[in-house]
Formats: sequence, C-alpha cells, structure tokens
Amino acid sequence: MNSNLQKRPITLQILIYSFIAIWLIIAAFPFLWTFWGSFKVELDFFSIADWKYAIFGERTKIEYGKSFTGTGYEGAWIKEQFWKNSINTFIICFFVVCTSLTIGTLGGYALSRSNYRYTFWLLVIALIFRAMPPITLVAGYMLPFFEWNIWGILPTTIIVLVAINQPFTLWMLHSFFQNIPKELDESAKVDGCTQFEAFRFVIIPAMWPGVITTGLFSFLLAYNDFAVTSMLLSENNRTMVPAIAAFLGTTYTEGNIMFAVAAVVSTTIPLFLLVMFFQKQIVSGLTAGAVKG
Amino acid sequence: MRHKTFFWFFLPTASAMLLFIAFPIISVITQSVHAPHKAVLIEVETCTPLTGCKIQTTIDQEATRKQKEVNPLGRFVGLDIFFDRGHLAIHELVDIFKSSENWSSKYNQIFNLPFYRAMGFTITFTFLVTPFVVILGLLIALAVNAIHSKIKGLVIFFSLLPFVITPLIGALVLFWMIDSRGILGNLVQWLVNDPTLSLKASTGLMWISLIIYGIWHAAPFAFVIFYAGLQTLPNDQIEAARIDGASRYQQVRYIVVPHLFPLITFVALIQLMDNFRVFEPIVGFNASAHATSLSWFIFNDLSGETRQLSAAAASSVLTIVGVSILLFPVLLRTWKDFREKK
Repeated sequence: MNSNLQKRPITLQILIYSFIAIWLIIAAFPFLWTFWGSFKVELDFFSIADWKYAIFGERTKIEYGKSFTGTGYEGAWIKEQFWKNSINTFIICFFVVCTSLTIGTLGGYALSRSNYRYTFWLLVIALIFRAMPPITLVAGYMLPFFEWNIWGILPTTIIVLVAINQPFTLWMLHSFFQNIPKELDESAKVDGCTQFEAFRFVIIPAMWPGVITTGLFSFLLAYNDFAVTSMLLSENNRTMVPAIAAFLGTTYTEGNIMFAVAAVVSTTIPLFLLVMFFQKQIVSGLTAGAVKG
Repeated sequence: MRHKTFFWFFLPTASAMLLFIAFPIISVITQSVHAPHKAVLIEVETCTPLTGCKIQTTIDQEATRKQKEVNPLGRFVGLDIFFDRGHLAIHELVDIFKSSENWSSKYNQIFNLPFYRAMGFTITFTFLVTPFVVILGLLIALAVNAIHSKIKGLVIFFSLLPFVITPLIGALVLFWMIDSRGILGNLVQWLVNDPTLSLKASTGLMWISLIIYGIWHAAPFAFVIFYAGLQTLPNDQIEAARIDGASRYQQVRYIVVPHLFPLITFVALIQLMDNFRVFEPIVGFNASAHATSLSWFIFNDLSGETRQLSAAAASSVLTIVGVSILLFPVLLRTWKDFREKK
C-alpha cells in the first residue's frame, strides 16, 4: 500500500483528504453541535435571530451571566427524574447482555460442533427471525402480556429483548466458534471429559474475544431499542430512549425543549465512550458477520 | 456432537426464540382475523305514569364481559380487517379505478389511503437509501484506505458514531439542525433566499431529510465492511494491471469492485431488510403528517388510549409478507453458500 501512496498524484491526494474531511464533518459535527448547544438556553440553541448566538450564547449570557448553563441537565435529571430512566436502562442492558450471552454461547457452540443438516436449517430460521421488524412482534405480545398481567415490568422486556437478540448472537458466535479448532475439545473428550466439561474447561477460556464482541452488539441493541421498550414498559419503568420520546410530547408544549437536548446528550455519552474503548471489537464484529454472510 | 447433547445445549436459546419470536408471529396472525367484540345491546322498556312507555337501548355490561371471557381474542371475522379501509382497502381501490378521473388523481387518491401511504414511503425509502449507502460506503472505504495510516484510527472512530448512535437520538440530533429554527435549516433558507421555507411544511423536503438521515446512519456500516474487504485486496493483480497501463479508475472498476462484490451484495441485502423497518426517524422528525412507514403505522395503532390490536396485527402480517419477499434473495444466497461448502 505504501508504494501506492507515493505514486498518487497530488490532486488526487488533495481530493481524498478533502473528501475525508467533509465526511468527518457530516458524521461528527451534529453531535458536537448538539453537545455545545445543550449548555445554552433554547433561544440560543434555536437561534432564529443570529446563528452566531448558538456559538457564543448571547441570550444565555443575558439570562445567566455566563455563556454556559446547566439548567437543561438540571431540568432533565432532577426535575424530570431522568436518573430513574437511566437506572432502568442499565438494569435492562446488564441483564439482556448476560442472559443473551449465556444462552447464546451454548447454542452457538452446539451449532458449530454439530455436523448434521438441521444445524443449517436452524441457522436459516434464525436468519428469518432476524429479518422480522421487532414492532411486528410487539403486536403479538400485547394481548397475552395483558392477559397474564406481565405487561409494563422490566423482566418481561428483558426476556423479549434477549429473544430478539438471539438470532444475531447465534450467527456471530457460531461463526466465531468455528474458528476455534475442533481438535481442542475433541482431545478433551478423548481424555474422558463430557461435551459440557470440554466446553467448560477448554472452550470457555478461549472464547472471550468473540463473546465480548457479541456482547457489545447485544448491549447496543438493548440500549438503542425504542420500539419494544416504548410499547412494553409502563410509564414508571421507562428507559432512557422512550423517556426522551415522552419529553418531546410534553416539552414542545412547555417550551422546555432543552431538557430533551440535555437528555439526548446524556444518553449519547455512554455510546461515545463505548466506541472509544471498543472500536476494534465493533469493527471486527461487523466484519465477522459479513465474511460469514 | 450427538443429537441429545446438541438438544440440551440448544434448548435455552431455542425456547427463547420459540416463545418470543415464533409464537408472537402466530399470535399476530390469529389476532389479525379477529375483531374486538361488539357490545351486547339490550332493549329495556321503562314505563312511567306520566310519559308512558319508552324503549331504551343500553349496553348489557354483564353479557359483554362474559363474551370477552369466553373468547378473549374477539370474534372471528376472516380477512375482513385486511380488506378494510385502514389496510388493503379493496372497496376504495375498486371505486378509485372505476372512477373516470385521470391517472394522477387516481394515484393521489390511492396514496392517501393510510396503508398505501405508509407502504409508498417505506418502499421509496428502502430502495433509495440502500444504493446510496453502498456507494457512499464504498467511496469512504476507498478514501480511508488511501490516507496516512496514523490518522486512520481517528477517522474510523468518528465514522462509527452515526451508526452506533441510538436511531431516535440520531434522528433528533439531525432534526434539530435541519429544523427551520436550526442552523442547517437557516442556512438553506438563506441560500435559496426564502425565509418561509420549512421542513414541517413541505412533504418533499421531509422525504429528502428522512432519506438523508437513512444514508447518514447506515453509510458507516457499509464503510467498515468494505474497508475490511479492501485489506484482503490481491496486490499482485493490482500490480499487474498497473504495469499493463490501467488507470486508477480502471483498477477500481475492474479489480477492486469485483473483489468486493460478495460484500456489496451482503451490505445491499442487509440494508434492504433493515431500511424496510424504518421507524425511529419518523418519530424523531415528527414527520407523520408527511411521511409514514409500515412500522410507524403499526406503532401508531398500538399506542395511545385505544390500542387497536387487531388493526395493528393485520398491518404486522402485511409487513411480514413484505419482509419475506425481501428476504427471499438472502435465503437463496445462504442456500447456495451452503451447497458450495458441501
């Protein structure tokens, strides 16, 4: 690749770098802008009078004496009790990731170690399930959940999210386990281990990179979900994303849209950190799916 | 692995999927052929000495409740819900086609029916966003592959953000900028010199913004996959082509793109399925006056005070049919791969 680099004409080089610069602005600027604006008052964030207000915070200065204010955050986290929603989100994410990885590793391992034809059909069924938009399933949950009186609580949502997660988890872990040589657990079995013991003592120590990558995607699915959580959780048990959607309903009328902006920024920060620390795993996870198809 | 061992290993995940994916699909289908019970009416004759006797119709609460207890699904109505005005609207369609109006008026009338309106946007969105995502992803991958290796990591980091972000939040962040009070909205107003121009007032602008959001959100996914594919590029082929005097464009056209072709089909197929479920941006952009999607349509029936379960179930079944059509090429490809491996 280096020899390529040297031979590239300077105009092409400039073109490439400016394209990358434009793409970076498109990709990252909206977040930066919203982050900066979240410390302003509404008239600065939506500055009809002069767009420079959004940068220097003229109205915020008039109202609070400085060009930054935390009132949006205060309103969201304390007045609107966004902290409750964030606790709910982290409970849901924690249990979804743990459960989904536990049952997913067992299933994915079994799929990778069995040579019978039904493993192919099971994977195909998982693929079909993966294609179902979650909201179409929600219509099917409502009536039974109301009948059994389990609608609106966190455990129900956790199980539903785990199930929706399974097809993807199975595909990823299946392809990951296929890369762990079969000889490892075969030899353990020759030494007298049962299949489960071989899994427990030989495979588990070797599987963490793949499991962490899969876990990241399970986390993202649970954290980012809106369709399922907004339909299946009662108002008291809301997670962050449906809570933001609910803010919009009330704040547009109350003129407290800055609460929603602050909540949006607060919800983005964990994702930002996640990409920062696990960039490699996310990239490898995306590509692993593509290679296996 | 023996059947029995396989069974026990696979049981937990299988039961999760069976209970919460397979059964709900069956439940949705059953629900879609049942309508809520009608209230049982009774006529009560009340006589008062002065006004005489009157027959009043009231709801028999007891009988209505009993009916619901006997059959909680509702009454069986066959395919009626599928054909009603809120879904396939067969009668309305026939009327529109029989009418002597011109084609554009007929077209407008069809896409004013709620289901066709949602389907129209969903299909437009799916088939416009997907090719743009593939092209933009490919361009970014080629560009990133050519920049200095020290800044690659940083570029990938920022590129991932639109993909990893919660869809609803990503939509809001963009919407607040494109809104007529936001910075981009202002910029556009200034550029075309029309201070009244607003996203909320124009269906065309709303569709374009939603499609831009879709591309923005999914392009990083395509980029990462193509970028990984570029790392396995056959260098000797490129070298040979260069010696033969192939231009840069020709190298990309005849070596890079064919090499990435399996990945391009992969991204396109996944994107077709994922874009078909477009939902969050419509909520985030508050766009339902101008654009609705099938997922939003179901969501709208399910939420609110009166949860119209049967109507939502019928829309869900129709959506599942749509997904199955899009899924068909994916399954065909998986089947081919499997056959080749054997």
